[in-house]
Amino acid sequence: MSERGKKHDRSREISRTAPVSRRAVLKGAAAMGAAAGAGVIGAPVIWAQEIKDIELRHVGVSYSVVKAIGDQAQKDLGFKVSMQNLDTSAAITRFVTQPESVDIPDLEGWQTKVAVARGILQGIEVKRIKEFDNILPIFTKGEYEAKKVSRQGISPYEAMYIESKESTKIVEGVHDWMTFMPQVYNADSMGYRPDLIGRPITEWKELFNPEFKGKAAILDVPNIGIMDAALACESRGDVTYKNKGNMTREEIDKTIDVLIALKKQGHFRATWTTFDQSVELMAAGEIIIQSMWSPAVAAVRVKGIPCIYAPVNIKDGREGYRGWCNGMGLARHLTGKKLDAAYEYLNWYYSGWQGAFVARYGYYSPVPKTAAKFMTENEYGYWYEGKPATDIIKDPYGVVMEQPGAKRDGGSIVDRFTNISCWNTVMDENQYMSRRWNEFKSA
Amino acid sequence: MLSARVRVALQVLPLALVLLVFFVVPIGFVVAVSFFHYDDFGIVPAFSPENYAAVLSEHLTLDLYLSTLRFAALVWFFTLIIGFWVAYFLVFHVRNQLVAIGLFLVCTVPFWTSNIIRMISWLPLLGKEGLINRGLIGLGVIHRPLEFLLFSDFSVVVSYVHLFTIFMIVPLFNSMSRIDRSLFEAASDAGTSRLQTVLFVVVPLVKSGIVLGSIFVITLVMGDFYVVRVMSGGSRASVVSAMFDDISVLLFPHAAANAVFLIIIVVLMVGLILRAVDVRRELVDQR
Repeated sequence: MSERGKKHDRSREISRTAPVSRRAVLKGAAAMGAAAGAGVIGAPVIWAQEIKDIELRHVGVSYSVVKAIGDQAQKDLGFKVSMQNLDTSAAITRFVTQPESVDIPDLEGWQTKVAVARGILQGIEVKRIKEFDNILPIFTKGEYEAKKVSRQGISPYEAMYIESKESTKIVEGVHDWMTFMPQVYNADSMGYRPDLIGRPITEWKELFNPEFKGKAAILDVPNIGIMDAALACESRGDVTYKNKGNMTREEIDKTIDVLIALKKQGHFRATWTTFDQSVELMAAGEIIIQSMWSPAVAAVRVKGIPCIYAPVNIKDGREGYRGWCNGMGLARHLTGKKLDAAYEYLNWYYSGWQGAFVARYGYYSPVPKTAAKFMTENEYGYWYEGKPATDIIKDPYGVVMEQPGAKRDGGSIVDRFTNISCWNTVMDENQYMSRRWNEFKSA
Repeated sequence: MLSARVRVALQVLPLALVLLVFFVVPIGFVVAVSFFHYDDFGIVPAFSPENYAAVLSEHLTLDLYLSTLRFAALVWFFTLIIGFWVAYFLVFHVRNQLVAIGLFLVCTVPFWTSNIIRMISWLPLLGKEGLINRGLIGLGVIHRPLEFLLFSDFSVVVSYVHLFTIFMIVPLFNSMSRIDRSLFEAASDAGTSRLQTVLFVVVPLVKSGIVLGSIFVITLVMGDFYVVRVMSGGSRASVVSAMFDDISVLLFPHAAANAVFLIIIVVLMVGLILRAVDVRRELVDQR
C-alpha cells in the first residue's frame, strides 16, 4: 500500500481512541509512522546494516501472496521482500522441483503435507513466533469456541505440527515445531443474485435446484469443486459421506453421476476456474447462483450488481462452509541471517497490518487481536463481528464497498468458523477423482 | 580445405544442437517420467508400464480424444474454406501486388494483440446480455437470448477459427503466389469454367499449402487447453486440459504418459497427412 494509505490507517487507529482534529491526526500519523518503523522490529542499527542485502522470495497464489503486503513488510522491516505469484499447481510444482528458488513457500494444508513429506521445509520454532499464544485455536488446537473444528478434508491443524526441525512426518497434537504458519483463511460457500432469485438461499442443495437450470455454475478446480458438489449432494440427500474431504471411490462415483446427470439436463451454464471468471459470470447475468469466494461476491457488488454470499450454517449434520487456509513455510535451505530475517517476516504478519489489510476484502487473520489494532471499530465490527456498519466500509485500496447499515453475509467470524463442514484437500483417491471429474467435463 | 562431408556436418550442427537441447532432451525427460511410479507424496524412478496401462484403459481417454478430434476436424474445415478464399482473393483478385501485400498484412493485424485478448473479446459479443443477443432482441428477431452462442461448442469453434485461420492463409497465399498466371489463360482457352479452374488447376497446385496449413491448425487445436476451457465455460475438457488437472495435483507420471501418447497420435496424424501429399516434392518440383 502507498504511504498515503498507511497514514490513512494510522489516523483511523488514532481516531478510534479519541476524537481529535484532522490536523492533530495528521501530525500524530507522521509521528506514529516514524515510530512504527523502529517499533515493529525493535532492532538495533547493526541489524539494519546486516540485513539490508537480504532478499526473501515469498511465492504463492495471488490471493495470499499480495504485493501491497510485501511492500509494507519491506518498508517496516528494512530488507527486500519479493512477492511472486503462481497458480496453485505451478506453485506446488515449483516448491517440489526447485525448492532452492523459494524462501517462503506459501502453502495450503494439502500442499504442506506434500512439502513436509518431501523434506523441502524446515520446522518453524513455536517459541520464536511472538503471537503464537494469540493464534486462534482453530489452527493451533483444532477447536473453536469450545467445539472441535471439522476434520473433513485437511484442516490446518491437521497439517500443523512436526516433532523436530528436520522431521518429515506430520504428527497429531501440539508440538514445538510448526510446518507452516497460517496467515490468511476464509470460509467459502455460494454467491447468488437476490434480485433474480427473490428469496434467501441458505442451503447447498439450491445449487442443484431445477429452478436455476441453465443459470448455475460450479467451481472447476477438481479437488475443491468436488467438495462443493458433495455439499450440495449431501444437502439434497443424494449421497451420505463419511468424509467429504476424503471420499471413497463409491462416494466419488455417486457424486460425479449426479453432476453428469445435471449437466445432461443443461443445469450448468458454465464452470469457472479463476476469481475473475466467477465475477464476470455473475456480473454479466450468465449465472444467478454458483459456488463462489467471498471477495468475488464483494467484487460483483462493487460493480453495483446485487449479490449475496449465502450463509450456509450447519443444520442436522448437513450444510456448512468449505474452509481454506494459506500459511507460510520456511524453506529448508534458509540459514543464518536469512533465516532470522524470515522469522522477522513471519512475526511481522502477526503484528496486525496484514491482518487488517486482508480483512478489508473479507479474509481473516489467525491473530484477530493484533489486526484489530489496525482497523477502526466500525471495520472490525463489520468484518469480524458481523455488526452493521456504522460508517462507510472501504476495501484495502480505498474503494467504497458498503454503506452504513450494511451487514456482512454469514455474520461474524464465530458464526462462520463454527460452521465449517470441510477443508480444502487432496484426497487419497485423488487420481480416480480427477479422472471422473474430467468425465463430467467431457460428458 | 574442408571436405564436403565436414562442411555439411558443420552446417547442420547448430540446428542439430538446438534441437538436441531444446527438443530431444526435454522429450526424453517426459518419456522417462512417464514410466515412473508415484505414490501420494513422491515420484519414484522406476520402469513401470502402469501409467500407460492407465491411460489406455480409461474410457476417459477415448472421450477426450473424440471430443478434441471433433474440434480439430470442424476447425480444420472452416479455416480451410475461409483461408482458401481469403488467399485466393488476395492473390488472384487484387491486381496490384502492393495492395495485395498490404491487405495480407492487414490479416495479421489481430496478431498484434495476444491470443488471450482476441479470444476473450468474444465474450461480450456472444454472451446472454452480449451485443448479438441484445441486437437481435432489439430488432425483435428473438424474444429470449440465444444461449448456444456462448459456453458451447459453437463459441469454441468460433474462437479457434478466428485464432487459427491466419495459419491457413499464410501457406496458401504463399503457394498461390507461385502459380503461373498463364495457366489461367490456358484453362480458359481450353473452355473451363471459373469453378473448374479453381478445382482442377488451383487446388492441385496449392496442395502443399493446404497440407502445411492443415498441420498448423490441427496440431494447434490438439495441443490447446485454454481456449476450450474459457470459451466452453469449462463445460468441455480436452486432452491437454486433463493433463493440466493431473499436473495440478502432482500426478506427473500419468500426465507424462498422456503427453507421450498425444505426441504419438499427433505424429501419426501428421504422418498420414504428409503421406497423402508429398510436400517436399511439391515444393522442390515447383522451383
